[in-house]
Amino acid sequence: MKLNHLLAPALLGLVMLALWEALVVGFDVPQVLLPAPHQILQALVKKWDVLWPDFQQTFFKSVLAGFFAGSLSGFLTALVADRFDFLKRGLLPLANLAGAVPIVGIAPIMVMWFGFDWQSKAAVAAIVTFFPMLVNTLAGLQAVDAMQRDLMRTYAASHWTTLLKMRLPCALPFVFNALKINSTLALISAIVAEVFGSPILGLGFRISTEVARMNVDVVWAAITVSALAGSAFYGLIAYVEKKLTFWHPSFRT
Amino acid sequence: MTNPPPTAYGRPLKGATLAAQRSRFRGVHSISFASMLPVLVVTGTVFVLWYAVSLWLNAPQVIERFDAKPYSFQELATGTWNMERPVLPTPHQIARNFFESVFTEDLDSPRNLLLHAGVTLQSTLLGFAMGVILGVLIAVQIVHSPWLDRSLMPWVVASQTIPILAIAPMIVVVLGSLGWPMLVPKAIISMYLCFFPVTIGMVKGLRSPDPLQMDLMRTYSASKSQTLSLLRLPASLPFLFASAKVAIVASLIGAIVGELPTGAQSGLGARLLSGSYYGQTVQIWSALLMASLLGVGLVSAVQWAQHLTGKQMGART
Repeated sequence: MKLNHLLAPALLGLVMLALWEALVVGFDVPQVLLPAPHQILQALVKKWDVLWPDFQQTFFKSVLAGFFAGSLSGFLTALVADRFDFLKRGLLPLANLAGAVPIVGIAPIMVMWFGFDWQSKAAVAAIVTFFPMLVNTLAGLQAVDAMQRDLMRTYAASHWTTLLKMRLPCALPFVFNALKINSTLALISAIVAEVFGSPILGLGFRISTEVARMNVDVVWAAITVSALAGSAFYGLIAYVEKKLTFWHPSFRT
Repeated sequence: MTNPPPTAYGRPLKGATLAAQRSRFRGVHSISFASMLPVLVVTGTVFVLWYAVSLWLNAPQVIERFDAKPYSFQELATGTWNMERPVLPTPHQIARNFFESVFTEDLDSPRNLLLHAGVTLQSTLLGFAMGVILGVLIAVQIVHSPWLDRSLMPWVVASQTIPILAIAPMIVVVLGSLGWPMLVPKAIISMYLCFFPVTIGMVKGLRSPDPLQMDLMRTYSASKSQTLSLLRLPASLPFLFASAKVAIVASLIGAIVGELPTGAQSGLGARLLSGSYYGQTVQIWSALLMASLLGVGLVSAVQWAQHLTGKQMGART
């Protein structure tokens, strides 16, 4: 059963890769338009000593710092807003409004404020990841049954005990949902921010400069690196989620 | 069945409760002062903080200009809040720039924000339409084939970990060099971002009909396509609209990022980029304001479409 779950997508992936290779080679598609998978792999191996520092710069500095800063501050803000109803009713409509706004656009401003290095990218990632976490955590803290709430009241549990023992565990699936959204969001926004100016490092920088030089195979290699990083990051969070929220209906099969 | 909550069915109630009931049914349209007060207070706080931060961030440059002469706080404040190229422009500066670039500039002038917003809107809408169609098609395939569900679904999820926004410039440059108009590559990027929420939502939506209802369709010996058009699609509409609200914002972001490479002359993204090249912070902020208004407007449009469709189908809202 488990194996079958992996086999089907893997098979389809291989078929798609083979089709891609066959079409590109067969129709003699110019490399500028779309390189074949083997060319991308070659570029990946050949340029690894360039791509690895790029990856470190983008992922370990910008993305992780921004992801943790944004998610943590979103989570803490949600806890405070949950404590004070007035604040919650004021913040929630604005946070929802922020969902309709292309926040990535603040990238040029952050680059002006925090300079070209990773701090500006982390700032963009932090702001972009703040709102999904705030909205989801607040929704999660509300997702408690009236019956369960009453039970805690009968135990005369304090606000903090109720929060720790009941409402936070109940909110975990929502928090993880936000973390999963944020994992790809942080990566994307950091890469976009690098287009507005960066030191001579970073996946976004590499992509924009190699496009200008028409080295499309290197560009695709950089894309492969960031796609793998994004998937791995997402997978890691999904794994932790499975371990921590095993009780949730979506994991009980 | 247990007693349904009265609000869900709109049971007529008597007297004053009826009026209250009615106003609750109007939902979005009835905004009371009591619900607006916290929002206004928080918004007000944000504005006050904004002026304070802008005073703090812009002060060094203004103090430098005083050239060691003594100055009052009032002079400092008016100086920092009305700078030509501030680190953080104040809301009134952004508003002034916004109104000037919308109303006083000629419509075909490159300084007019409406022109840029129009260019961005075009590719947003085209990409949104393509993305919704693609997303619904994929969802229909997935729902009808267990094999595709297992093999394609993980790839749909994985596709979103590819930073399409990062390759957006490349798509634009490459397709542009082949002589495609700017609109198409931007719309393709928007489509790629759009189809994901639609697919995820529609797979859920198409599966949302009750087993009882599905059985009824079987008793009528309805074909697969009849079940799809008569039961599954109508049942999935709330899911479609919920995803469409997410998708149209994603589409807008895709269009803006697609305009970032230097090839683009017009569009909100190009405006952002030129603002960042020339240090025109006020211009960046007013372009951001326009993008935000566009986003809010598009989401409201989807909401309105949902309202109309609901009315058409006899929903009581």
